[in-house]
Parts: sequence; C-alpha cells; structure tokens
Amino acid sequence: MSTPLAEAATPLFEVFVRSKQGLDHKHVGSLHASDARHALTLARDVYTRRQEGVSIWVVPSNAITASDPALKSDNFDPMASKVYRHPTFYDIPDEIGHM
Amino acid sequence: MYTQALDTAINANTTTVTVDSFQKTFLERIARDEKIEPQDAMPEAYRKTLVRQISQHAHSEIVGMLPEGGWITRAPSLKRKEILLAKVQDEGGHGLYLYSAAETLGVTRESLVDALHSGKAKYSSIFNYPTESWADIGIIGWLVDGAAIMNQVPLCRCSYGPYARAMIRICKEESFHQRQGFDIVRSLCEGTPAQKALAQDSVNRWWWPTLMMFGPHDSDSPNTEQATDWGIKRISNDDLRQKFVDVTVPQAKFLGLTLPDTAIAWNAERGHYDFGKIDWDEFWRVVKGDGPCNAERVADRVTAFDDGRWVREADAAHAAKVALRNAQVTATV
Ligand SMILES: [Fe+2]
Ligand SMILES: [Fe+2]
Repeated sequence: MSTPLAEAATPLFEVFVRSKQGLDHKHVGSLHASDARHALTLARDVYTRRQEGVSIWVVPSNAITASDPALKSDNFDPMASKVYRHPTFYDIPDEIGHM
Repeated sequence: MYTQALDTAINANTTTVTVDSFQKTFLERIARDEKIEPQDAMPEAYRKTLVRQISQHAHSEIVGMLPEGGWITRAPSLKRKEILLAKVQDEGGHGLYLYSAAETLGVTRESLVDALHSGKAKYSSIFNYPTESWADIGIIGWLVDGAAIMNQVPLCRCSYGPYARAMIRICKEESFHQRQGFDIVRSLCEGTPAQKALAQDSVNRWWWPTLMMFGPHDSDSPNTEQATDWGIKRISNDDLRQKFVDVTVPQAKFLGLTLPDTAIAWNAERGHYDFGKIDWDEFWRVVKGDGPCNAERVADRVTAFDDGRWVREADAAHAAKVALRNAQVTATV
C-alpha cells in the first residue's frame, strides 16, 4: 500500500500578499512549486480564495537571508537606550500646540 | 532525555549555558507569551511534539476532504454543490498551511506524505466514518467542523509562531464551514418528514464520534501537562468537550433534533450539561486503524497521489524547459 514519493522535491517559495492597493506586501506563508510562475498560480489558489489580496510576490525561500536570532540582543537592544530618536522624548510647551 | 541536536544547538551559541538553564530560559520565554520562531533554539522534545501534532493536523485536513468529496457530484442543487466545493477546497488549503508550518521544523513534505500513505501517521479518527447520506454533509459541517473550531481557536495562541499563524488563517475560514453545515441541517429539519428523519439518523451516527474528536479524558492524557507548559495546549480535552456540549445542546433543540444520549441534562450546580459515557473502546479501535473506513481513506489518498503523478511530471518537465529556454535567451543577449 505504501507508495514512496519517486519524484524529487519541488522548490519552496515564500508568499507575500498585498491586501489592498497602497499597502505593503506582507508575508502570508509558503508553498512548493516547480517554478516561480507556477508558485504564483498556486499562491493565488491557496492564499487569496476570499479576495485577501490584489497582488502577490513569490520568492524562492533559499534566496532569503535572515538575521541570526541568537544575535537578537546584539542587533536590536542598543536602540533601546536611544529614546531621543522618538518625538515623545521632547517636551513641547502647551502654548506651542501641535508640532 | 536531551538529544544530541539540542546540545549542539546550545553549544554553538554559548559555552557557559547548561542544558538545564536552556530549558528553564525556554519555559520562561513561553510563560511570557513570547512566540518561538523556526530559527530559535528549542528543546528537541518540543520540536518533535510539534512535528507530530502539526503533521497529524495536516493529514486530518487532507483526509477530511474524502468523506465530503464523494458528495460533491451528488449535492442536491448547484448552490449546495458550489458551497461544498469551496469548503472542500478550503480543507485542502488548511492541509497546505499546516504542512508548511511543519516543514519549518526541519521535516520534508515528502516524508510527511509518505508517513500518511504508509499508514504510519495518524489523523483525526472522525474521518474514518462513512458519509451515508446528504444529511451527513450538513451534520459534518455543523458538528465536526464545530468541534474542530473549539479545538483550533485556542491553538491560535500556540507558542510556535508558524503554527499559530496557520491556525489564525484556518479559524477565519472554519466559521463558514460550520454555518453552511448548520444551514443544510436546518433546511432538512424544516423540510418533509423524510428529510427530517434523514437529519435525525445522521446526528445519531455522528454525535458520539464527534465527542471523541476531543481525545481521551484528561486523566488518560499523560502529555497534556507538558503540552500546557510548552504553550501548545491551552485548554484540556475534557474542558473543550464540555464547552462543545454546552453550545450544541441548545442548537439541537432549536433544530428539533434529539441527541442520542439520554444522560444529557442541565446541571445547575455545575453550570454545564451533563452527558453520558463515551465508548473509549470504539475510539481506540478507530485510532488504531480498525474503524469503518481507515483502509479505504488511506487507499484513496494513495490512488489520488499516484493518479496525479503524470501532472507533477509534466509540470516539472515544463518548468525545466522554460528554465532552459530562459537560459538560452540570456546567453544570446
Ligand atoms: Fe479545516
Ligand atoms: Fe472545516
């Protein structure tokens, strides 16, 4: 009864969908497809069955370079002390109003 | 109990941290409701538990298409046919979201599908029961998808990011499944006596298997505590089952259907409905492969996979041809 998969694995793609004109493409998931064009067709069926998007990007998963989670604090914690980068750091007198 | 893989992962990043303190830090992250992502170091047992649970879940979505798929061509109207097609297509999508989530844990799609086809992998016991009438399609949507929603909503807060995100997507779609089922049952119940009888016969057959979907009693679920500590399980089997009974009894009353359990009665003291004893022998029989349709379901999956081989081969050949043509065009430019 067991039928081992004879064929080679198809490449993995990451799928990004723009939900509305004017918004960013957002990562929604991944899927296997023989090539990018095929991935687009499948992404349409898998991720936009209810008008979730107006545009799709597919990217081969192995083309993505990611930051190392082990270096999370090295990378991002230094910014925690730089509160002066935020407008809320500064006091604006009430008389000035909105700035 | 700590595997080589885990030790390696830790040693790769820091030499001072011990396995125990890693374990502790990991549990603290989960207690803070921090999501665990694919590249994060994680205990090997956590990874294994997730691979098992997510892949079983994926298999359930895929096998779950079979009992309903057979009724697409026999739906009583074009409207019902379109709705059922959309529902079954959703279940296929759910399977894909979940296989993708499982793959982020370092297993291949091929190995997961192989495990299903060889009969090694488990899936929800409910799909090993036959769909004998059109009413079953309504009852499955109303009860089976209803029970699935109960189970799945807490998983949207699961500690593993890719699983939680897949579950959010799935839960958004499940609500339509339950409503379309309820709508089918309702129109049968408001129809001729024969139609109403069809609905009643269907509830009689599906009620108990649906209650079994929540799994063994908490007292017989040794892994619950660990899964709770890991933020994988948020509500226990018995609590979910009780919740399901509590919302379903009034719905059945509205439809004028009798649930096949004389022990069902409101218990004011507990603030819940009491209900009868589940036949756990039947549950284990079906889980272990001896349900009415286990062999048929797996055989159907294997046949579908084999019958689709030429499509995948043609697709791969076409992709190779296009890639070659593109390479030639680039070379001549
Ligand atoms: Fe589903
Ligand atoms: Fe569903």
